Parts: sequence; structure tokens; C-alpha cells
Amino acid sequence: MLAEHLDKRINSKDVEMKAVRDGYGEGLLELGRNSEHIVALCCDLTESTRTSLFADAFPDRFIQIGIAEQNLVSVASGMAAMGKIPFATSYAMFSPGRSWEQIRTTIAYNNANVKIIGAHAGVSVGPDGATHQAIEDIAIMRALPNMVVIAPADSIEARKATMAAAEYEGPVYIRLAREKTPIVTTDESPFSIGKAYTVLHKDVKHQKTVGIVVTGTLLHHSITAATELNNEGIGVSVLHMPTVKPLDTNALMTFAAEHDFLVTVEEHQITGGLGGAVCEFMSENHPIKILRVGVNDEFGQSGEPDELIAHYGMDSTAIINKIKSHLG
Amino acid sequence: MYLSEDKIHSLEKQANEIRESIIEMLVAAGSGHTAGSLDAADIFTLLYFHTMQHDPANPDWEERDLLVLSAGHICPVLYATMAHAGYFPVEELLTLRKFGTRLQGHPHRTALPGLETTSGPLGSGLSQAVGMSLALRMDNPYTSRFVYCITGDGEWNEGQMWEAAMLAGKEQLHNLVVIVDRNAIQIDGYTKDVMPLEPLREKFESFNWDVQEVDGHNIRQLNDAIGKAQAVYGQPSIIIAHTIPAKGVDVFERDFKWHGNPPGKGPEDRVPKDKQASLALEKLRTLGGTIEPSDS
Repeated sequence: MLAEHLDKRINSKDVEMKAVRDGYGEGLLELGRNSEHIVALCCDLTESTRTSLFADAFPDRFIQIGIAEQNLVSVASGMAAMGKIPFATSYAMFSPGRSWEQIRTTIAYNNANVKIIGAHAGVSVGPDGATHQAIEDIAIMRALPNMVVIAPADSIEARKATMAAAEYEGPVYIRLAREKTPIVTTDESPFSIGKAYTVLHKDVKHQKTVGIVVTGTLLHHSITAATELNNEGIGVSVLHMPTVKPLDTNALMTFAAEHDFLVTVEEHQITGGLGGAVCEFMSENHPIKILRVGVNDEFGQSGEPDELIAHYGMDSTAIINKIKSHLG
Repeated sequence: MYLSEDKIHSLEKQANEIRESIIEMLVAAGSGHTAGSLDAADIFTLLYFHTMQHDPANPDWEERDLLVLSAGHICPVLYATMAHAGYFPVEELLTLRKFGTRLQGHPHRTALPGLETTSGPLGSGLSQAVGMSLALRMDNPYTSRFVYCITGDGEWNEGQMWEAAMLAGKEQLHNLVVIVDRNAIQIDGYTKDVMPLEPLREKFESFNWDVQEVDGHNIRQLNDAIGKAQAVYGQPSIIIAHTIPAKGVDVFERDFKWHGNPPGKGPEDRVPKDKQASLALEKLRTLGGTIEPSDS
């Protein structure tokens, strides 16, 4: 059964499509109106990261860094030291991809109040190809002490995550997707940093029950897969986990106790990201079978977003097949 | 800012005491960077004992000037200067690099009040100083607060330094003053051999910076250059301070092998390891008679 607060249209053709990055841009603009402390920095990608909404409204609080991601995050750290709340934005492949050591030293270790925004994450960037498809960013950011890591599921949640990041005192990483994706949550859906939400409860019919744990925009594929399996008599639930770090371990323990095995779903390498985080925690605290959906130790390639998501085994069909083949 | 001959004399003595502390703390630590720490002592002394608006009793004072050490490995000179200025007890210097210390091997902002940032991995301090300068100017275009950033010269091998230099030039950050410790050495050798930097002045000028070159051990020259840098409008300022590596201990001077070794573990061509520490302190306490012994 779907959670009440979700958009009722998600399983219909009327589902609304909007890019996660739009939610970030709108949230940042709103933050700019609310607080003088908010500043934004960008690396020559202002329009495509939607930082332009803020830059146009508050030109005096926007710094155009040029194509220099190492400088981007370090300048942001200096601004945070002076009491600003900087949003340092580029494509995820370049920041945190290229700027990781500077993030580690000048933001994470420094505990600087900087918000790092990695846009165009995942293979769904599409035609640009593997050079621009960040599928390791959750892993490298999750490894940093002091760092919060969030992968919003849709544009509404991206807006909420942006607002929440500004409220939170300390380093935050938010990964954004480029393409329009289905809107799953609503303004009423809860969002707090560090919280996971069960958005679909299994209908217990099958002898085996499955818990899907998902982060980011694959939430829609996960719900589609779970709905279909439930209709076929296989009990599947979905735990929506927008914050990968800190991991909501309480929610995970409760969720795991209700299911026979878990499936993690993310548009990321299956090592080091959500799958890695869940496996690490569960193996120590509640050993349980865990299957991981994601990119399996390879690079992306050019193509249309949907065909890449399917090719790398991350769409609803692939999730269904993975679960069925495990059930035998 | 006006500097009398008497004040210069007292600053020179102060710098010398800081050098003594540097030797003592490096010996106690058994590791660390000697040459740059010693040769930047005059620069740090002038900044902390004359130039900067700051209050050791209130390190977070909101009107303070900011010192960003980009070349984090020469932190012994920063720590020693801060201790002598009153930020923490001088005795604590001997905890450098030891377990549980506030004086980490490379500076860590949250470990010690008065540190403006964390540094060590080269190349990112200048960017942070640029960020601070931008933020200050955003709050007040006529701010009287200055950001002083100390960089090494080898550090300018890092591409990020030029990213930051480009941005500072573009943004015309007149409240940013960078001092390059141009000691012409880095770990692997002389900078001209490892990665030639010259013509450095022309490089900075082409990035829209105001550039000055001074003798980095001449307090008068340094003070005059900082005064001029403060007066520059519409450009960031950079002072290339030519220094002698390991200045103050003649038997260590000008040898790149002293870049990353403490007394007792340095090259032995001029003085054996077991004599390095005691000889260095003796030299500093007399300085060939040019400065009165610090305990006089």
C-alpha cells in the first residue's frame, strides 16, 4: 500500500515530470530571499545547474568562479569562515569529482558550513557519455567525516533538501539529476536530513518478502517494480532513503526485520554508495541477504537516459527480474 | 604603518626569539620543516607584532585581520609567533606533532583558537583567502579588514594557485595581501630545477595583481611594502619576499635539504647531526653579534 503523502498520479500516465535540478534552483532562490547569508558560487554552468535563478535575483551574492572546481570549493570554504552559507555548484563529475581533496581538507576536516551541489549525476546525463556521468560521487563523499550526503528523489524533495541543507550547520553534499524524472513526493511528504521513509508497504501474500531500499530518482522505478510484484503476490516494500549519510539505521533495522531480504537501488556504482552503506551496517548488526542494483564496476556510455538506466539494470524491469531470479 | 628604528630593533629581537622556539619545537617533535619556518620568521613577526589588527585574548574578534597560512608545512613559525604573541603558552610549543596536541603537524583550524584555517595540502590556502576577502567585501565594500595570505614559492607549482590568482584579479580584491616566501627551494631541490617559476613578477602582473619585491628579512622593506599594498585600490597585492632558506642559522642556510628535516636529522655536510640543535640555538642566541642575545 502506498504512503498517503505520495503523489497519487505516480502509477499513471499523468505523472508529472520535472528535473531534480529545478527543485534545487527554486530552493536556492527561496533561500536567497530568506537570508542574506546565502551565497552561491558556480563554475561556468550557472544555467544548467539552475543556479541562474539565484544569480539573476542576487547578483551581488553570486560568484562566477569560471571553470575551476578546486578553487570553487576552497573559495566557498573561505566564505563560510566569514559567516556565509555558500552553495558551491558544478557537475558532480567535476565537483566533488575533481575537487575532492580540497573538499576533504578545506570543508570536511575544517568543518566548514559549505553546501556542495553536484548536478548531472548518474548515467542519466545520457548523450554526454561516461566522462560526464558521475557514478562514484556518493562513495567518495560518504567516506568523509562530517559530510552529509543526500540524493533527492525528485524536484520537490530537492527543493526541501536544499532548504534543509541551509538550516543544517556543517558540510552537506546534494547530488542532482539532469533529466526530467517523475514527481513522486508531494509538498506534504516528510523530509528531514538523516531520515528514511517507508513509502510502500508490502501486501503479505508470498512466502518470501522483499524490502527495497532506494536513494535518488530511482525511487519511481522501485515503486513501479514493487507495485507490480505485489500485484503478482510477492510482498515487496520500499524504503525511501534520500539521506545516505548519516544512514537512518533505526529505519533500516525495523525494515530489515519485516523482510526476508533487501535490495538496494541507486544510480551509482554498487560499491561504496547506498548498497555499500547498507551492507556495511547490516552485516554487523543484522546479517541479512542483500542484493544490489546499480552500475556493476563499469563506466557509462552515450545513449538516451532511459535506455542507459535499462542497459545498466536499474529500471523497474531489471529490479523485478533481479528479485524474481533470486526467489527462483 | 609607521615603524621607528627602535621598533624595528625590537621586532628583530622578537623574530630571533621565535626562531629559537622553532628550533626547540622541531627538535622536540623529531620531525617537521626547518628552512621555511626559519626564513619566514621576520614576515610573521612583523604581521603579528606590528601590522595586523588582532587580539590574542579574543581570537574570534569580529574586526580582526585574517592570516591564512597557505603553505601549512611551515606552521612551526605560525605556532611560535602565535605563542609569543600571547595566543597560548610558549611551553605548549614543545607538544608540536605529538599525540593529543593542539599543534598538529599541519595546522587544523578547529584544534587551536586563532587559526583561520586548515592547511597542508598545497594550493588551497590562497583560494580560501580569496573567499574570505570576497565575503568581507560583500558585507562592506569599504572594509578596513585585510586578509594576509602567506604562500610558499614551490606551492605555485599547483594549478589551483593560478585559479585563485585569476579570480582575485578579476574581482579586484584590494583587501587581499599575499606574501610569497620566495626562498627558492622545495623538497626535491631548488625551484629553478624542480619547476622554474620565473618570471614570477610578470606572471602576477599579467593576472592583474599589484606586485612588489622585497628583501624578506628586512623589516623596514617589508613594512613599507605592506603599507603600499594596503593602499592599492582595484587590485589584489602580492609581495614577493626574497628569503634565505633557514635564515638565522648560517650552517643550515641555502641548502634545500633543510626543507623537510628537523635539527638532528638534517644534512651533515656542514654540521654533524648530534651538534645541529645546540649549534643552531647558539647561533641564534648570538647571531654573530648583529642582534643582542635574547636573554641579555
